[in-house]
Amino acid sequence: MTAQPIRKSVRRSRLLIYLFLIVAAAFFLLPVYVLVITGFKSFQEVSLATMWNPPSAFSLASFQKAWSGSEAEGFRGLAGNFLNSVYLAVPATLLSAILGSINGYILSKWKFRGADTLFSLMLFGMFIPYQSILIPLVRVLQYLTIVTGPIVEAIASMPVPAALSGLPPWLAGFVPAYGTIGGLILVHVIYGIPITTLIFRNYYTAVPTELVEAAKLDGASLLGIYRWVLFPISMPGFVVVLIWQFTSIWNDFLFGVIVTSRPAVQPVTVALNNLAGSYIVEWNVQMAGAFLTALPTLLVYILLGRFFMRGLLAGSLKG
Amino acid sequence: MRRLTRDRIISIILILPSVLCIALFVYGFIGYTVFVSFTKWSGQLIPDYTVVGLSNYQRLFDINDVAGQRFLKDLSNTAWFTVLFLIATIVIGFLLAVLLDQRIRAEGLFRNIYLFPIAISFIVTGVVWRWMLAPGTEATGAAGVNLLLERLGLGFLKSGWYTDPSIGIKAVVIAATWQMSGYTMALYLAGLRSIPDELREAARVDGASEFQIYRYVVIPLLWPITLSAVIILGHISLKIFDLIVAMTGPGTGFSTDVPALFMFDTTFRGNQFAQGASIAIVLLLMVAVLVVPYLSYSSRREAER
Repeated sequence: MTAQPIRKSVRRSRLLIYLFLIVAAAFFLLPVYVLVITGFKSFQEVSLATMWNPPSAFSLASFQKAWSGSEAEGFRGLAGNFLNSVYLAVPATLLSAILGSINGYILSKWKFRGADTLFSLMLFGMFIPYQSILIPLVRVLQYLTIVTGPIVEAIASMPVPAALSGLPPWLAGFVPAYGTIGGLILVHVIYGIPITTLIFRNYYTAVPTELVEAAKLDGASLLGIYRWVLFPISMPGFVVVLIWQFTSIWNDFLFGVIVTSRPAVQPVTVALNNLAGSYIVEWNVQMAGAFLTALPTLLVYILLGRFFMRGLLAGSLKG
Repeated sequence: MRRLTRDRIISIILILPSVLCIALFVYGFIGYTVFVSFTKWSGQLIPDYTVVGLSNYQRLFDINDVAGQRFLKDLSNTAWFTVLFLIATIVIGFLLAVLLDQRIRAEGLFRNIYLFPIAISFIVTGVVWRWMLAPGTEATGAAGVNLLLERLGLGFLKSGWYTDPSIGIKAVVIAATWQMSGYTMALYLAGLRSIPDELREAARVDGASEFQIYRYVVIPLLWPITLSAVIILGHISLKIFDLIVAMTGPGTGFSTDVPALFMFDTTFRGNQFAQGASIAIVLLLMVAVLVVPYLSYSSRREAER
């Protein structure tokens, strides 16, 4: 065999590889193409026969309508719900990360007898179908509301200058109760404990124990070691956990639909599902709404994809 | 010595809130749901704790009962969905990873294109794919993917997708595969990169063909990754809910229904709490059969090291 045909067949097989990769990429990008071109079409231009054709002129009207709704047609926009998701995801993500970091620290560097069994029992919590806890969850939140409900009312009716009239109800929403953002934050933080503990425990396990032992010999306490030894090198762990939790909380639907029943309080995924399930809303508005809902987590992915990958692998390549 | 014990106490205090939360919100709640599944609580929001034994479960597996008809269909849907979804994501993910591992130009770009859907909510995926796979009507002509196939001269591939009861949930697999194949791709790619080049080189020196190297060296080494993927994706597929809600709902003749949706409808729309609890517990058992052996295996393996 001479070198010539080998090189030729190598070139042909490489061409085939690229061809396959490009066809696959087209499959993955197809929904994005539809989403984007439909979202940017004007209302006159939307029709089934031309749904694969690009818009002849860019129009933001669909986005406008998906964002603000339409009183004439009688549907709500996603704007308020989008903000609800921000108020939900940001605090819940931060609290989860702090809790996970402390748990991971203790379960890796201050192991007590049974710590590993306890950890395994905790982990099971991230696999359960949440249907198996929803009935008592609603009841417990309703009991909690007996206590916190009056607090919600009190804060919401605080007398403030007219310019700040939106502030009290906004603040009241953070009080944990059935039907508030605060209630949803509580739920997400609790059911986020297993995954955040897992990621931090794996992260801290990789930190040499000698570092901790040396600090102990120098007289550092448990909290001192955390503050001065582990926390300063925790940034990569925090980034992974923050991205992971932000994405899962933003994308959650089940807890949102169960805990918040008032449309004004619901997170954006629930609102999008309502918007898309309504027959009066045109496709281009639905697609624009889907685009808006996907945007924050997509941006996180695009900007911080490297850490996103690490979170994914951390969740599955343990042990 | 005294300081050490003080730290010990602090460590317990710090971990206690999380432990108590998991104990109550996971194990306590599951216990309560199990209990409710044995009662006759139905039709009202106030609990009725009259114990009726296993009758809620019997109804689920009784083909002559309305609940049983729906639930048995759900189980068969879940089986189809899980098997097809696992095969599709593992085969596509593995292929993409192997091809990306061939010193590809713009590898990062391809990787990002395959992986980005995982950052998106199942609700968004469902809304978009519902529209893409809507078959169109006699009056409007072909729509979505059908229209695209028609344009590409592949009109014979047109189908009713999820609206056709004989296809039903298998059409939802397309959307789920679109969303999750990048995940298996990422897992396998990380796995491929962790295989030392010397191993493949040694096989090559021994005269193995590229195909044989994959068959006898690479694939066996990637086995733990395949196992992880089966557990992670398998449990996601058993509990699939959001995607079905947004894309199809229960479907004609429950052709796209799943246990998680049945539980939701029964409990929170029908107020049949005891029946809903029994569905939830069967679902939990299905997930536990998959996950518990894996958890105990990996914790034992960790203890050995």
